[in-house]
Amino acid sequence: MKLIDKSIDKERQGYVTLVPEEPEDMWHAYNLISEGDAVRSTTVRKVQTESSTGSSTSSRVRTMLTIAVEAIDFDTQACMLRLKGKNIEENQYVKMGAYHTLDLELNRKFRLSKHEWDSVSLDRVEMACDPTKSADVAAVIMQDGLAQICLITSSMTLVRAKIEASIPRKRKNFIQQHEKALAKFYDNIIQGILRHIDFDIVKCVLIASPGFVRDQFYEYMFQMAVKTDNKILLENKSKFMLIHSSTGFKHSLKEILQDPAVVSKISDTKAASEVKALENFYTTLQCEPDKAFYGKKHVEKANEAQAIETLLISDNLFRCKDVNLRKEYVNLVDSVKEFGGDVKIFSSLHISGEQLEQLTGVAAILRFPMPELDEDDDESDGD
Amino acid sequence: MSRHRDVRNMDYTEDYDGYDDVYGHSVDDDYYISPSNRQFIFNRENSRDQPKIGEFIRTEQDIQEEDESELATDLSDLDKARLESCIEQIKNTLGPLTISKNELANIVISNSYDVEKATNTILDMKNVQTERKEKVPSIKVVASGGKTTTNVTKGFDISQKDTVKLNTTPRSQSPASGRGTPVISQTEAVSEDSKVGKTKENKIDIETQYKKERGESKEHLYMVVIGHVDAGKSTLMGHLLYDLGQVNQKTMHKYEQESRKLGKQSFMYAWVLDETGEERNRGITMDVGRSQFETKTKHVTLLDAPGHKDFIPNMISGAGQADVALLVVDATRGEFETGFDFGGQTREHALLVRSLGVIQLAVAINKLDTVSWSKERFDEISQKLKTFLRQAGFREGDVTFVPCSGLTGQNLTQKPTENELLTWYSGPCLLEVIDNFRTPDRPVSKPFRLSVNDIFKGTGSGFCVSGRVETGSLNVGDRIMVCPNRELSVVKSLFIEDLSQTVVFAGDQATVTLSGIEMQNVSIGNVLCDPQNPVQVSSKFQARIVVFNLTIPITKGFSVILHHQSLVEPAVVRKLISQLNRSTGEVVKKHPRFLSNNTSAIVEIQVSRPIALELYSDCKELGRFMLRVGGVTIAAGLITKIVL
Repeated sequence: MKLIDKSIDKERQGYVTLVPEEPEDMWHAYNLISEGDAVRSTTVRKVQTESSTGSSTSSRVRTMLTIAVEAIDFDTQACMLRLKGKNIEENQYVKMGAYHTLDLELNRKFRLSKHEWDSVSLDRVEMACDPTKSADVAAVIMQDGLAQICLITSSMTLVRAKIEASIPRKRKNFIQQHEKALAKFYDNIIQGILRHIDFDIVKCVLIASPGFVRDQFYEYMFQMAVKTDNKILLENKSKFMLIHSSTGFKHSLKEILQDPAVVSKISDTKAASEVKALENFYTTLQCEPDKAFYGKKHVEKANEAQAIETLLISDNLFRCKDVNLRKEYVNLVDSVKEFGGDVKIFSSLHISGEQLEQLTGVAAILRFPMPELDEDDDESDGD
Repeated sequence: MSRHRDVRNMDYTEDYDGYDDVYGHSVDDDYYISPSNRQFIFNRENSRDQPKIGEFIRTEQDIQEEDESELATDLSDLDKARLESCIEQIKNTLGPLTISKNELANIVISNSYDVEKATNTILDMKNVQTERKEKVPSIKVVASGGKTTTNVTKGFDISQKDTVKLNTTPRSQSPASGRGTPVISQTEAVSEDSKVGKTKENKIDIETQYKKERGESKEHLYMVVIGHVDAGKSTLMGHLLYDLGQVNQKTMHKYEQESRKLGKQSFMYAWVLDETGEERNRGITMDVGRSQFETKTKHVTLLDAPGHKDFIPNMISGAGQADVALLVVDATRGEFETGFDFGGQTREHALLVRSLGVIQLAVAINKLDTVSWSKERFDEISQKLKTFLRQAGFREGDVTFVPCSGLTGQNLTQKPTENELLTWYSGPCLLEVIDNFRTPDRPVSKPFRLSVNDIFKGTGSGFCVSGRVETGSLNVGDRIMVCPNRELSVVKSLFIEDLSQTVVFAGDQATVTLSGIEMQNVSIGNVLCDPQNPVQVSSKFQARIVVFNLTIPITKGFSVILHHQSLVEPAVVRKLISQLNRSTGEVVKKHPRFLSNNTSAIVEIQVSRPIALELYSDCKELGRFMLRVGGVTIAAGLITKIVL
């Protein structure tokens, strides 16, 4: 993302102008824009004009519109962000108050004005515009009969393809069927890799599986590449890495990202650091349960005592519609920072973020043990 | 009127029970109660008689009032102290106890403070209790039917028992009364009333049919072979099969030649079961290998499970089909220790098969030739294993230890010839041990269920699915429903081990050819069931779990891999409802923040997509599951409530 212009006054009111450059920036934009904000961007609108004779013609015009956002929609697969809202600046084509849906486009600037820029949003802008790009990694997680091709960027994990096949088990005198199904399954994965992984961007492809599936597949893939003379695969052979995982399901990514061999390659990615932080939290919970809290109420109590050393919080919480609730979370983050604590905002698109979200979305590792809170509190946040 | 009732002292729980029984009771429930469904009654009534891992299904009834004051007062202080320590030790080995402290004290005293003996007495006592209950109906049969064979006459005791049961209607025994809302079960009761006669007849038909079909032949037993990687499971079984003449000389010779070429001659017997090139080259079993052999009284189907950590999912699906297990351990110095102590699969496998409902276990202490048939080594290993297996919930009487060598073939099918072994061992050989296993009862009269663990194209039209018939029976031409998709299909043909059958029963490993359904609409882990009595489908359920060893605690939102029969699905622990006392089942804490090692709890689990399942109280086989994370089994559980 490129920052073109920034004007925020003392009351924290103002605007920034940004240019999204790659799909991931859409994700940042999605996290920045909340309901009630004003967004100005160029868009295409169908305009109907009525001639003096009464016949109407419609034409599509590209125009600049400013809308007050009412609904935000993010498509993770296509990385598209759609903003729906009312027009607040009249122009020759569109009247005040007319509804319009903005599709933010890559490489087209947009201006975002907020009534109040809080620290979390400002951090986000900074993070989004950080030019040091971390490695893009692709991962193929597989087991017999199931494979998933994922792209891991610094703040997103996208499942690009899920390949499922039923593979007959080995049985006496029926081995061909097993092997045939396996070959077909592998072929599908190779197709998936070729289709979804752009070797110009991706620096490393992790192939992870339990047992020997990965070795078998790796061997098969390059055999096929030689046979079909597939240049792309052969040229990028060095990018493939074989890693052990316990299953072929998506959340094995957690294990994969902790593998020392992988960590050394992608240590700077957010994904790996998030996994590590969450792991820390769980270890603390196991060893010293009084030093690991989760759930909004508990974490707030801990914060009151200035006990929080590391705060883990999912970005999902900042996207909530309730302004006051968002404010509460922002305050929590600010006060933890103020007391010298570390704040880690997890991307809800990562596997670790997904898990944190299941765990109420907010957790904290404390500096000192605090007594567990009463039963009553527990019950109230039972859901 | 109500003013005069002694409201204050009224026993609400009793009142409520009555209410529950009347409304929450359906004819279905009566129908299930029969001696052949002993497991069923046994669930509810005798759950405490069976030592199970973690004692999942323990209800309040189990907590008996203890009268501490009666504790033998005429003991000297010294004796008292000894008594206390003995009790402590027994509790440590047996885990949660079901008998009162008093009884325990008496047992300890009568065994003159010998912990070992006392423990055995307690276990035997439980044994006797269970058996006593089992025996009652069979006595009846002798009187009326005059049949004397024990296992086959099951059909008969049913009809006997049923007529009695019908009149008395043992409502208190109605299982799963909480399944439906009272209103529904009431209407069910009415509507099904008319059917009763017919279903009853049907059931007797099935029982007699079962008797007719299977009465003559040998009993069928499914045995899974488990143990740490490289313990020699495949070799042991390969050699056993060879000795029994299941593998002909020519094939064996071929294997010998080929394995020598690869420089792995010691694997020649393992090749009998490891058939794919992959497995042979790597020298490890990867998928469950199958084979059959016959002993004096039994027809045994052998499931050779992989020992490697990464293939435990395969091992689970294999063990889920087994009645009994053979645990193979490597006696070589250092090897046993790596397999048994932390990180090895010996423990995990034993816990898994126990959680999967296997109660009889033989332990083959393999490769004893490498330690020159040392008795000390044998004793050392069996001692270590005994303690562990007892904790895992195996009864001492159900565990047999056999010294043997898979490679040399000592003590497999023949009495040993090795002098060093003969000097101290006079017990049975492996084959005899296998022959001595008891075949469990087959719940043939329950509604039909089969969980799919393989799908493949057969020779003719249609396609085949194979799996174990969990309950009930299936005839050629029957309509079945494939859950969770709820698709209907027709059975074209049935096979057991490549032999065509017209009917298959619970416990059989069957291959079913289906028609009228697309192959891609059936997947591994689906359940075939009777369309009249379909299995429940849900993606959310409550369960009682027992947590094993953990490195990170289970919290709300913990993502796990659920193993349910052959199904493997990612799942999430949605809620931690309550933490329970492992022995009494009392709620220790509501909404705990997390669950750590060796706890028991009620949790709510959500699976990513709907699956076919059953309450444990309705169907033991489909009510069990396993949770794994990162290649480690972290918990075993029983489904207690299905949330729709």
